[in-house]
Amino acid sequence: MDLVTLTIDGIKVQVPAGTTVLEAARSANIQIPTLCYLKDVNQIGACRMCLVDTGARALAAACVMPVSEGMVVKTNTPAVREARKVNMELLLSNHDRKCLTCVRSKNCELQTLAEELGVRDVRFEGAMSSHPIDDSSLSIVRDPGKCIQCRRCVAVCHKVQKVGVIGTVGRGFNTVIAPAFDEKLGDVGCINCGQCIMACPVGALREKDSTEEVWKAIGDPAKHVVVQPAPAVRVALGEEFGMPMGTRVTGKLAAALRRMGFDKIFDTNYGADVTIMEEGTELLNRIQNGGVLPMITSCSPGWIKYIEHYYPEFLPNLSSCKSPHEMLGAIIKSYYAEKNHIDPKDIYVVSVMPCVAKKFEAKRPELGNGELKDVDAVITTRELARMIKEAGIDFVNLPDEDFDPLMGESTGAAAIFGATGGVMEAALRTVADILEGKDLDAIEYTAVRGIEGVKEATVTVAGKEIKLAVANGTGNAEILMEKMKRGEADYTFIEVMGCPGGCVTGGGQPIVPARERMVTDPRVVRAKAIYEEDAAMAERKSHKNASVQKLYDEYLGKPNSHKAHELLHTHYVDRSGK
Amino acid sequence: MSCNCCGKDQEKYQQLQAVIDAKKGTKGALMPVMQEAQSIFGYLPKEVQLFIAEGLGVTLSEVFGVATFYAQFVLEPQGEHVIGVCLGTACYVKGSQAVLDRLSEELDVPVGKTTKDGKFTLNATRCLGACGLAPVMMIGDEVYGRLTPDEIPAILAKY
Repeated sequence: MDLVTLTIDGIKVQVPAGTTVLEAARSANIQIPTLCYLKDVNQIGACRMCLVDTGARALAAACVMPVSEGMVVKTNTPAVREARKVNMELLLSNHDRKCLTCVRSKNCELQTLAEELGVRDVRFEGAMSSHPIDDSSLSIVRDPGKCIQCRRCVAVCHKVQKVGVIGTVGRGFNTVIAPAFDEKLGDVGCINCGQCIMACPVGALREKDSTEEVWKAIGDPAKHVVVQPAPAVRVALGEEFGMPMGTRVTGKLAAALRRMGFDKIFDTNYGADVTIMEEGTELLNRIQNGGVLPMITSCSPGWIKYIEHYYPEFLPNLSSCKSPHEMLGAIIKSYYAEKNHIDPKDIYVVSVMPCVAKKFEAKRPELGNGELKDVDAVITTRELARMIKEAGIDFVNLPDEDFDPLMGESTGAAAIFGATGGVMEAALRTVADILEGKDLDAIEYTAVRGIEGVKEATVTVAGKEIKLAVANGTGNAEILMEKMKRGEADYTFIEVMGCPGGCVTGGGQPIVPARERMVTDPRVVRAKAIYEEDAAMAERKSHKNASVQKLYDEYLGKPNSHKAHELLHTHYVDRSGK
Repeated sequence: MSCNCCGKDQEKYQQLQAVIDAKKGTKGALMPVMQEAQSIFGYLPKEVQLFIAEGLGVTLSEVFGVATFYAQFVLEPQGEHVIGVCLGTACYVKGSQAVLDRLSEELDVPVGKTTKDGKFTLNATRCLGACGLAPVMMIGDEVYGRLTPDEIPAILAKY
């Protein structure tokens, strides 16, 4: 690789040819401010925050300027500072500056940068663009008044997720980021993955808030309020309280939920173990009885909506299993209710999810029994953090507590649901034991771990070869779907997670600023914590979960039994409009 | 067969398909395809934009983004005659706003819209490059200069 030597602020820097000035400066620990830049996703030089002096007539945008031999870059001259500041003021002049009440306050890249650039006044008072807030989606709220048109959401929607339902509309001052033809987000082929929220530097995209309805339920003495957090929540929630990325806060999470006033603290991980019993059995049945293969996982509601819109021909390939929190919701309102003599109508189930698509999922008419929904409210990891703060709980100093018995018990197999490849690995741990008829020791299927977009592996179980594929992010799922379309996919089992990296970096997780994403990959750091969680568990195979065994003994009979089907399985909808 | 209008449309879509087939896979295919589509259909309704998006393998929001960015693309059917009144600096100073107002009044149509009979579309434009003749308007390819509002009825009567 050719190396190029340049000077940045008097420091000699050597980087590979083709590197941008921004990245070169970063390698020398020189911070150049950015707004529209998002590593590997968006590099368009639009916001003009990263302007630097390269000795040319005009200042250059460092994020798109390639380095050249002998280049002399100055990132901190009066002209550079002034230009950045004026550009910031212009952005702020058409920004809804209600920072005090903004959900992104204190985690807003615009706010941070304005502060760092020393903007103390906005000299430009002029017309403000006015586009209505779009809250038509059950998962995502779009607020154009806060939008700075950095296009990071557009890039992630088109290039990473290959959904492309939002784009730039109009020109100049009238430009707005919106779906085509003035349609609402709730009416187009949006899959609710929320990766646009994760990309947004400001509060223009956010989850539909459900905290109020949850507080209301907790405050209602007639309601028995049960909460269940997803596997990925416990490896990310700490970040909202200033703890380092990758900190496991499982015990503090249980303690916080108890102090918030929930009546029962259960665990979606229990639901994940049940999912493996059902999905593993379904897979074995399909293999043994000539069912539709490859079977594809159905845990990720972003992925489900994606396939419903864009590849409905493969709906029969989806596992009929409900997602883990929906399974647990159904079990709580049947088995748990009966066992404890509670009218299921009085039970209110709250799921804490790393996901905004789960909000839409919970409202699907097929997930429940008429008026009785499996899950009543879904809040994201971020919303939970806000509620904990609102309740005045000192999260960092909480003691470690346990989830409540029975449906708070889980295995390592459930823990890894939060990372891409985890559901596949968890299923293999159980399926292999069943097929081999013994308790196998080799349970770590490392070939399906890691953040590579598409992973393929062949495992031999009981002398039988099972061909697997794992995709994370719907853009990568598209590669597998196209392969299936061409008849080139001879897989037995496919896992798809709608978000890049899986649930650990789902659309409901703590938002990592672009600046940090330049040096840290949350997909890797949080997944590492997930696998630590797995390794720390006494039991690491779903079928070894004693409470799950009890559920089958006392209530469901066998996996995939009639009763299990009634409660734990679902069907899908062709949304392609064709 | 019995429905003539559909047959006509079908022919247009076949024409557009040929354009897409010729351009697909080449870099920067979208704009030329959209221009051809507009010359075939006269404007770019949603169905046509969807057809282009599917044909070229791009998203509808990308097509719509281009369609709404460039002034040359129109999303509604245009009148038989398109009137463009220049609101550039020179024309504006010379009173083109009054000319535009008079047109709007005579045709009973707001700026940017088409008359009910589909005969005229009334647009305000940027500089047409004929400042020496200010105030200026164009009807189709015809240029009218040094206008006064009172001349408008007689000019419209020619169409």
